[in-house]
Amino acid sequence: MTELAVQGAWVEIYSCVLQTSERAPRIPEDTRRVPLEMRVKGFLIAPAAPGEAAEIVTLAGRRLQGTLTEVNPAYTHGFGAPLPELSTIGVEVRAMLRERGLIR
Amino acid sequence: MSAAHYAEIMEQRAAILRASSGIDYDRYTTGILAFDYERLFADTGYDVDSASAVQRRTAVGNTPLVELGNITALARAVSPTGKGARILVKDEAANPSGSFKDRRASLSVHEAKRRGYDGVVAATSGNYGAAVASQAARAGLRCIVVQEAFDSAGIEQPEIAEKTRACEAYGAEVIRLSVGPELFYVFLKVLKDTGYFNASLYTPYSILGIETLGFEVARQVQQQAGRFPDVVIATHAGGGNVTGTARGLEQAGAVDTVMVAASVDLAGLHMASDHDFNRKSFTTGHTGFSMPFSSWPDRADVPRNAARALRYMDRFVTVTQGEVFYITQVLAELEGMERGPAGNTSLAAAFAIAQELDEDRIVVVQETEYTGAGKHPLAQLNLARVMGIEVCRGDPRDNRPGQQIVIPEHPAQIAVAEVDLEHVRHSYLRHALASLPAGAPLGDVDLEYLAAETRTSRTCVQENIDALRGKT
Repeated sequence: MTELAVQGAWVEIYSCVLQTSERAPRIPEDTRRVPLEMRVKGFLIAPAAPGEAAEIVTLAGRRLQGTLTEVNPAYTHGFGAPLPELSTIGVEVRAMLRERGLIR
Repeated sequence: MSAAHYAEIMEQRAAILRASSGIDYDRYTTGILAFDYERLFADTGYDVDSASAVQRRTAVGNTPLVELGNITALARAVSPTGKGARILVKDEAANPSGSFKDRRASLSVHEAKRRGYDGVVAATSGNYGAAVASQAARAGLRCIVVQEAFDSAGIEQPEIAEKTRACEAYGAEVIRLSVGPELFYVFLKVLKDTGYFNASLYTPYSILGIETLGFEVARQVQQQAGRFPDVVIATHAGGGNVTGTARGLEQAGAVDTVMVAASVDLAGLHMASDHDFNRKSFTTGHTGFSMPFSSWPDRADVPRNAARALRYMDRFVTVTQGEVFYITQVLAELEGMERGPAGNTSLAAAFAIAQELDEDRIVVVQETEYTGAGKHPLAQLNLARVMGIEVCRGDPRDNRPGQQIVIPEHPAQIAVAEVDLEHVRHSYLRHALASLPAGAPLGDVDLEYLAAETRTSRTCVQENIDALRGKT
């Protein structure tokens, strides 16, 4: 059984803004084939379980409804692994300046 | 929501924008096309001094101008003897939210508060959202930022994910959307529901906020070198950066400074494509914005765009994705400044343009921005690989947006590609004619306006229009 998120929990809700049939004219075909989706975070107004309808109050104080997708969603963006295509550039350009006696 | 609701909101567009901008744009109309551009600015009541005074209250502006001695030496190492102008950069990352966008947000938020709005809304996936959120936090106003943030597979663009985090850190509500121009519908709906101020990037307040940047550049170079800069390069997307900087330079008296607009070349990628969204590796400063906005500025979220770059560009160049990633690495390792991505588009252009000029000339890159998780070449290039894009070292001329990112093997390979301004002007006039009822006559005021818009003469405008109308 999915656990209920408590009232006041920081959560994300999801809603579909426009179905594929409702999308604007003159947008690329690949975009028209998918719905316009929305995700917003806020504090849960009443306990709810992921996948169920939920209402939040956002940081701007608005009440919004949607489907509860995540409780306390993490920021997962980062840097990733170093890339060999970038990691030798500094060595290369410093060598050019060193040859000219401009740096040590 | 529904298709009917979509149509209903879009029909209310003019009324919603009028109520949320506090500007009655209709009163500036002077012809069938023409409007009084300078009066739009004058009526705000701000000039460079008063804009700067507002910005000082929130520690915006007065950023350092830093000479990039090692990068200049590197440019000279690959230049003909005697060539290689001094390259300086305005370290706009020193602003409170980490970019020059604080300048644009400051006057808008100040106006929103002065006029009694409870909050501000901005449609932006970039630094501007963080800037508005930061300024709103200081002003005690509520803030909502509407972003295009993820594709249909749910994959976030890492730079936008960082802006989501920053906006939320400043206490703003962030509405994250999947890909598509209907973002504008959501934006209008939020403006209507809340009655908040539209902190658009394209109002005169936003542009006046950047004039202080151009003004400071002129004054700082004058203080440090005893003269005005020869060339100032601005990363170009929607046109505000070029417009505001050029106007500020002019007001400081730097009328002979060459204003260069620089964009990352993203030819072949569609800005409204779900498939292409995570294959761009850049979120702004690219041709996907700069080409359409240069050739028709009035496609913005206000009726009349105050950012009109074609009026101010002396030269328009592009650089490749790989060249920008390369120079970003060089800036970190030779100058100890981890910055970008945005300003590094102009830095790549500056590296090439400095080589055209004598050593005693001065080239200024007019912005940097903070670097962090997601906002970094590693984040973009790792995502590019996941999206099936090849990343390799080689000749940057082989760079193919969306397919292959080529990091230069040698600094001598960095070059700019010229955008033909005649072509942009012609495209502008084509859009202008298309916006008119068929065959509608243009008055004197319209011809004068088009000459100013395209920085040409009435005769030149008339010839182009005759040719365009002859063809149709």
